[in-house]
Amino acid sequence: MSNVNNLSSGQVTNWFKFSSPSAFYPLAGKMIPWFWTLTIIFGAAGLWVSFFVAPVDAVQGQGYRIIFVHVPVSWMSMFIYVVMAIWAGLGLIFNTRLSAMMAQALAPIGAWMAFLSLWTGAFWGKPMWGAWWVWDARLTSELILLFLYLGFIALQASIDNVRRADKAGAILALVGVVNVPIIYFSVKWWNTLHQGASVSLTKAPAMAQTMLWGMLLMALCLWMYSIAVGLMRVRAIILEREAHTDWVRQLNEVKQ
Amino acid sequence: MWNSSAEFFAMGGYALYVWCSFGACALVFLLEPLTVRARQRAIIRRLQREVLAEQFDQKGGK
Repeated sequence: MSNVNNLSSGQVTNWFKFSSPSAFYPLAGKMIPWFWTLTIIFGAAGLWVSFFVAPVDAVQGQGYRIIFVHVPVSWMSMFIYVVMAIWAGLGLIFNTRLSAMMAQALAPIGAWMAFLSLWTGAFWGKPMWGAWWVWDARLTSELILLFLYLGFIALQASIDNVRRADKAGAILALVGVVNVPIIYFSVKWWNTLHQGASVSLTKAPAMAQTMLWGMLLMALCLWMYSIAVGLMRVRAIILEREAHTDWVRQLNEVKQ
Repeated sequence: MWNSSAEFFAMGGYALYVWCSFGACALVFLLEPLTVRARQRAIIRRLQREVLAEQFDQKGGK
């Protein structure tokens, strides 16, 4: 009962102010430099651990160091898809403009992450398996993820009416979520050439502590990068979509 | 761990694979923010021109 009262008493409602593009635009502008700073700090620390602290692998030699980009970009490609689908779903349910813009801003980042996951995987597979590409469950489902991102971007771009584009994109994004657990569990469900998960939620990681730290730092770096670039892109999308409004005309950078 | 910079860049014989992976990532993470910034600047320029055109109209085209 007291929860209900708190919700209506102003403290919480304050936050919903930022769901309007005109309030979010300046806030995002203030947050971007902070996320870039964190990206550089985590990136520098992560690269240092990847190349100068983590020991050489007994089986794969120095070639295993690809793991420090391959695993973080693969995690991000799946994680960003889920976040994008949640934003798209919120936009579909509540018809909020900003949610759909967030989904649109995240899609290209996720597509690049999926591409880099396949690219770094190919450059890891070639020396270790002897093949750039195999039609393995993990690789194929990750390729489908890349196509889902590209399909989302292309579908939104092909519909002129913005609201309808958002709705069609949201449905595609939500249906595509089924692919994310398939990617994640593919190494368990099928006999794959791809190795099993190096880091698991249920058992101790099967690797040296320093390797784990390198991967976590790189993942944090990419996380901060995704937020920074996502905020930059959502600001551009806000201006493009709200170009006709008074608050955009009143912005300092527009009035000059 | 590395005795010389040449040894570091050789990556124990895996130089091609390691540097193509890290290089492609660095390239993408450098170019993507630049294209987003260009998009932001393009829309700002368009809006500035539109505001100028409106002011010009209101002044009576002088």
